[in-house]
Amino acid sequence: MMNSIPSDMSRRHFMSHLAGASAMTIPALTFGHSLRTHAAELKKNHKSAILLWMSGGPSTMDIWDLKPGAPTGGPFRTIRTKGDVEICEHMPLTANVMDKLSIIRSMSTREADHMRGRYYMHTGYVPNPNIEHPSYGAVLSHELIDQRANLEIPPFVSVGGGSVGPGFLGMAWAPFVVSSNGQVRNLDMGIEDKRLMQRMAALDMIEKNFISQNRGSASEDHMKILKKTLNLMTSEQMEAFKVTKEPKEVQDRYGNDGFGRGCLMARRLVEAGVPFVEVDLGGWDNHANIFTTLGTGMNPKLGILDRSMSALVEDLETRGLLQDTAIIWMGEFSRTPRINGTTGRDHWARSWSVVVGGAGMKGGIAVGKTSADGTAVETEPYTSQDVMASVCKALGISLETTFTSKSGRPMKIANGGKVIKELFA
Amino acid sequence: MSRIVGGLLLVALMGGVVFQVNAQTPKAGATSTAADYNIPQVKYINEQIRQVWTDNGMVPSPPATEGEWCRRVYLDVIGRVPSVTELKEFQADKTPERKLKLVNKLLNDEIYLEDYARNWTTIWTNILIGRTGGTEQRTLTSREGMQKYLRDSFAQDKPYDRMVYELVSATGTTSPGGKGFNGAANYLVMKLEEKAAQATAMTAKNFLGLQVQCTQCHNHPFNDWKQQKFWEFNAFFQQTRALRTFIPGTRDVQSAELVNQDFAGEGGGGDASEAIIFYELRNGLMASAYPVFVDGKEAPRSGYVSDVNRREVLAKMIVASDYMDKMIANRIWHHFLGYGFTKPIDDMGPHNTPTHPELLDYLGKEVRKNSFNLKELIKWVALSEAYSLSSKITPSNKADDPLMGETPKFTHFYLRNMRAEELYESLIVATEAQKTKGDYAEQEKLKTQWLSQFNQTFGTDEGDEQTTFNGTIPQQLMMMNGDLVKKAVSTEQGSFLQKVATSKLSPAQKIDYLFQSALSRAPTQSEVDIANKLLTARGGDSVAALQDVFWAALNANEFILQH
Repeated sequence: MMNSIPSDMSRRHFMSHLAGASAMTIPALTFGHSLRTHAAELKKNHKSAILLWMSGGPSTMDIWDLKPGAPTGGPFRTIRTKGDVEICEHMPLTANVMDKLSIIRSMSTREADHMRGRYYMHTGYVPNPNIEHPSYGAVLSHELIDQRANLEIPPFVSVGGGSVGPGFLGMAWAPFVVSSNGQVRNLDMGIEDKRLMQRMAALDMIEKNFISQNRGSASEDHMKILKKTLNLMTSEQMEAFKVTKEPKEVQDRYGNDGFGRGCLMARRLVEAGVPFVEVDLGGWDNHANIFTTLGTGMNPKLGILDRSMSALVEDLETRGLLQDTAIIWMGEFSRTPRINGTTGRDHWARSWSVVVGGAGMKGGIAVGKTSADGTAVETEPYTSQDVMASVCKALGISLETTFTSKSGRPMKIANGGKVIKELFA
Repeated sequence: MSRIVGGLLLVALMGGVVFQVNAQTPKAGATSTAADYNIPQVKYINEQIRQVWTDNGMVPSPPATEGEWCRRVYLDVIGRVPSVTELKEFQADKTPERKLKLVNKLLNDEIYLEDYARNWTTIWTNILIGRTGGTEQRTLTSREGMQKYLRDSFAQDKPYDRMVYELVSATGTTSPGGKGFNGAANYLVMKLEEKAAQATAMTAKNFLGLQVQCTQCHNHPFNDWKQQKFWEFNAFFQQTRALRTFIPGTRDVQSAELVNQDFAGEGGGGDASEAIIFYELRNGLMASAYPVFVDGKEAPRSGYVSDVNRREVLAKMIVASDYMDKMIANRIWHHFLGYGFTKPIDDMGPHNTPTHPELLDYLGKEVRKNSFNLKELIKWVALSEAYSLSSKITPSNKADDPLMGETPKFTHFYLRNMRAEELYESLIVATEAQKTKGDYAEQEKLKTQWLSQFNQTFGTDEGDEQTTFNGTIPQQLMMMNGDLVKKAVSTEQGSFLQKVATSKLSPAQKIDYLFQSALSRAPTQSEVDIANKLLTARGGDSVAALQDVFWAALNANEFILQH
């Protein structure tokens, strides 16, 4: 028990002291090294995933699986790509990297409510009042964390948006939510190290007194988070969040908006060793005026997506990161083939598309097929679980991995989804 | 080891039968139940909760300490921790009725009226328009207007059924000061898009505990709700329109007005005397609906407001429904105990069996019998035995852990994080900053600014949102380094800490005062020792040492958790 005041202790020493003999002990070696050397060291052999989350439910039949000429098809045309697929004309930059990405066109799911769809696509489970399932970000970072013992940034970062929580895995696997400007609020305390450590000693005492009275896991979780927070405050790895350190042309290429900066931050974070990054692009709930919102109006959504997504794929490829980084593009569901009275499309989960690539998954192909009007899947239907099982395979995570919920219920990773074979050579 | 060991001793546990004696009050006898203050509802709650303990062979934890209970009840009833003076006042009262007296005081005393109204306004604003409602661009909602309505309602002790009626049937303008202002109009004003789908879903959920949003598009997979029901409920909102007034010469909304207009029915050449709506089945066929309540009661089909005001009819039907009774009982129980009788609390369909069905029914009925007086309901729950138990878990009730997927049995108090608003108000009280606060509007503005750092929206038409005030790193960073905490531990001239430091109290009393202020208890010996070491480390600068101690106490799990 920490009952004396450390008088002349480094933060690092203090952290290891606080952590006791647990696995949290951090080698002194990495402290003081520059981020670059650190990154080079981390880059070896680690796998990551970036989820581009399209909040609101994007109309995939206007982006990835067009039906030109069909009454349900909408006005957009297709363009050829570098891959063996055609996509929407408003995605010309992405067309150039489609040899790296594949479209799963036979997604068929059952949740067409935003909250339920978000939960399902993030976890592989439908909401259940008795249990909170961990989101894929929590699960994958949990599985990949061993590959980077020196990581001080939380392993699951969510940029600019709302992911789904860690469920029964506990708050230690919660998404670290940051805004896309790269600033993490309240990072500095503004007092000298020594004094901070002395305050921490007093805090540690009060925390442990409370925990020792057997009050349940919430009091212990608080202490775990406290340690992570202190770790973060003292970490040089926080540099990874500073997208403004990138050359101006790189920033411009990604786009000077929230999503562009988020994608750039995702690349920097993956480079720094973060196993799972989620970047949010909202505004897809297009019940009205969908075609101007997506493609032909001022500052169209597809323009934002196209620029940043293509920049991310290109940049990862150039840096040799794409082979170890899985990219997943998806929303909670898609939108009705029928165009409604206000030129919008409503919620639709029965036939839609998700895009994946990287980490050894095949690029340039379309998996599965929908009917001529886009209302039905004509090949084997795939689900959230299947997408995630495929990502797990790509990342080298065994599909036999199981988690045990707090009630003792065993749960297979990706809810027992099956690997989509076409994605693998 | 704790100084507060409760009186319950487990004597024997045999074949699922539990015997227990109360060592502190032997005169109460081995079969006694907790105090019920001669309030029949409290007595019934205690019996029902105990029955489940007995059925499950569980023994409850001993009672919470007086300080813990006092802190708990201040937080839940008026949304902040007690000041040191308030805590001492309660502890000085040795009468058997002291808890009843305190609850009555917090609910009814003039000096707590503002705190009470503020707390429940915050809670209900978040229920009705969300944490971000009225802060988005181009919104029609006036958060201020919603709050004004609720604050007046709680300050006047408006019966709950009256409040629900007013919210569902409201017409008028949304912003305070506008002509025809009615703050209640803010509840529905942004829920009318997409044929009022949100108005339908939120009204069923908030007031009836029925989750119907999925049935907008298909029959509910888990409960009795069919798609037809959704659209029948939806038909009640079809006379409702939100009118906008723009700031002259701009496209910025100046105000919005909720009105009822004649509804001609959908489809070509609709017949307003029998105003129909259509919706699409999953097989693509169209079906029709008229206003029918969840219990099958039909409303007149006319779309003319002069014939029938559909929302007023709906409001009356909601207020007459026992779903509403159970929903408010479940909500208040959840607020105080941390878990409701169902999870989630607002999903009470037949697919989701309550943990204590008889108690839930009973509380609903009693609420109605007591004229929907929310203060009565609060009193019964706050004075219940379950609410008085320690959060310390004992071997004989360790299995009662809702985090493990067990249904809650309320054998001990479940820890939970303070809400962001409670934390804010508590910091202000703990640091006695309330003595220098500005007027109400100014205080609320500062609080809203501070809260906004934790709020996120998902960018959907439903206005879904989430908070990062959930015990994770951003919240922790705010507690360690944020401006509000920096201010709370400021040592400037005139600050709380400076006043404590220069007071006539002895050094030990000063440390005691800080602990009482943050944690509603005295420091332990080990905590006193470490405080003294901090004083040495600060070279005798007692203000700086007190600053370190107070910072540590405010950052501790014990402060941030409702326990």
